[in-house]
Amino acid sequence: MQHVSPVREPLVTGGKTYHDITEDVCRQVEAKPNVRWAAALAVSLVGLAIFIYSVYRTLWFGIGEWGLNKTVGWAWDITNFVWWVGIGHAGTLISAVLLLFRQKWRSSINRAAEAMTIFAVICAAMFPVLHMGRPWLAYWVLPLPNTFGSLWVNFNSPLLWDVFAISTYFSVSLVFWYIGLIPDFATIRDRATGPIARRAYAILSMNWTGSAKAWSRYETVSLILAGVATPLVLSVHTIVSMDFATSVIPGWHTTIFPPYFVAGAIFSGFAMVLTLMIITRKTFKLEDYITMEHIESMNKVIITTGSIVGVAYTTEFFIAWYSGVEYEAYAFINRATGPYWWAYWSMMTCNVITPQLFWIRKIRRSVTATFIISIFVNIGMWFERFVIIVTSLHRDYLPSSWAMFSPSIIDIGVYVGTIGLFFTLFFLFCKFFPVVNMAEVKAILKSSSEVTHHHSPASGMHGTAKGSNTNTHHSNE
Amino acid sequence: MNKKFVLGIYDDEDVLLTAIENVRAAGTKIYEVFTPYPIHGIDDVLGIKRSRLPIVAFMCGLFGTCFALWMQIYMLGFDWPMIIGGKPHLAIPSFIPVTFELTVLCAAFGMVITFFIVTNLKPTLKVRMLDKRSTDDKFVMAIEVKEGTTDLAALSKLLRSNGAIEVNEKEVVK
Repeated sequence: MQHVSPVREPLVTGGKTYHDITEDVCRQVEAKPNVRWAAALAVSLVGLAIFIYSVYRTLWFGIGEWGLNKTVGWAWDITNFVWWVGIGHAGTLISAVLLLFRQKWRSSINRAAEAMTIFAVICAAMFPVLHMGRPWLAYWVLPLPNTFGSLWVNFNSPLLWDVFAISTYFSVSLVFWYIGLIPDFATIRDRATGPIARRAYAILSMNWTGSAKAWSRYETVSLILAGVATPLVLSVHTIVSMDFATSVIPGWHTTIFPPYFVAGAIFSGFAMVLTLMIITRKTFKLEDYITMEHIESMNKVIITTGSIVGVAYTTEFFIAWYSGVEYEAYAFINRATGPYWWAYWSMMTCNVITPQLFWIRKIRRSVTATFIISIFVNIGMWFERFVIIVTSLHRDYLPSSWAMFSPSIIDIGVYVGTIGLFFTLFFLFCKFFPVVNMAEVKAILKSSSEVTHHHSPASGMHGTAKGSNTNTHHSNE
Repeated sequence: MNKKFVLGIYDDEDVLLTAIENVRAAGTKIYEVFTPYPIHGIDDVLGIKRSRLPIVAFMCGLFGTCFALWMQIYMLGFDWPMIIGGKPHLAIPSFIPVTFELTVLCAAFGMVITFFIVTNLKPTLKVRMLDKRSTDDKFVMAIEVKEGTTDLAALSKLLRSNGAIEVNEKEVVK
């Protein structure tokens, strides 16, 4: 029955059995926290403390604590918002788009990638909410009847579309992630020895028994959720890009923005997934599940989207000149050669040049090189948003209002703080939730593991080819 | 009333699928099969009908579309019309993004809530697993025992001859 593909590498190595998968994934959930994890969490908590302090300063003294001025009224806040939302794209892309494309390599990374999505969107949401200045009135963005004679929100504004897009994206991703977690929580529940763990995981696993009927519905729900989440993930960054594209600022008012932003989002998202996965597989010894094949596949996505982003940078530069609009042309020349040239060239180096190294197979399959390049991409994508936002705003039509932007310590604090918040959430997730989707990995084990799993041949029925079993690749040769 | 089950324990999905077919062919009614992961093809051999959840998703999505369009048209077109950016009051193209998002939101949540209800998924401490290994690495076929009519020895033999590694009996207290 075991089919060894001559082309594809196995997705699960080390000759695992079903029980090994349970053991390997449940290990860090059940064991006492290890020192490395505790140290990492402690560092993240310092970041979280910085976040809380910076938010306190922002709310108590107001937005004046940030480095914004009359000309550059949007800077680090929106840069960080778009950066985090972009990172948040990979999770749903991996779990939804790759599910529709039947890419089995998604199975062992989708759980952590979706967790990353959810945490990244939480971090992203902090910035627009804090920028409101009075976040306790954040509900004003919703179309609720009010005392102004029911003056409604403006449905023509991309900023309002963003409210709907981000909140829908967050809640649908959360539900998708949770549905996948239910069977795995049940596995932990049935193994739990302590009274607290047993009760906690019993509640989380929602009475899941793993009956065939439940699995059948589970599969249907996953497929439909993937189907609706796929256009959703594309719509989110499209709408984020419209925040800029529908305005008349030179450098923003371009039709290329939606696809360019979506490609950039996938690019940065996969980079962050790689950063996290390389740390996770090392820390929790999951090298048999997150294999070289996984890393290489993700690197191929990086090189594809990185090249799309490169083409987009070139195209917008060319069109700025070709359009003959002097303001547009100036915005781009100013980006590359003006006072923010260093940001522009950091972006170009990190996003366009370094990912091209992945054309070399050796680099694509090197953990160290991948880790370093993924950090470069994360940095580059931050600079991309900074370049688009700040360089376009700081010199617009009226030279008398030209200004420079420099971040205040609180700007930096909020940004570094969200990284702390993100990693705090991620490390807590790693400890208490199964980081690899056990059920899905078990489902691909027979068709895609390295060695035939140990099974007593007593029945003699092993390999009775039943056409009904589509899970296993039947080899008729 | 207590219910009594005979549990055939399997450790391979292909053996299980064949066993299900043979057990059903022998005229035995299978109460339920518990597996650690979704097995493709089990729906056919067990005779599980295609789920109607996609229809629920479609109807909920349709509701979302209608609700979103009605909301925006009513609010900006009739309740408090305003000229925004020189656009007409009923600027349908700029209502599309919110309409799309609400369609997806309603479809997803409507379907998932229905899934939870019909599958009896709810936070509870009283979980009744017939065999706890079925969330780990074993496949459990449960057959309900009817007092007086079920021949336990024959059933056990049937299950074992179809590859069961263990055959257990389990009583569930209501």
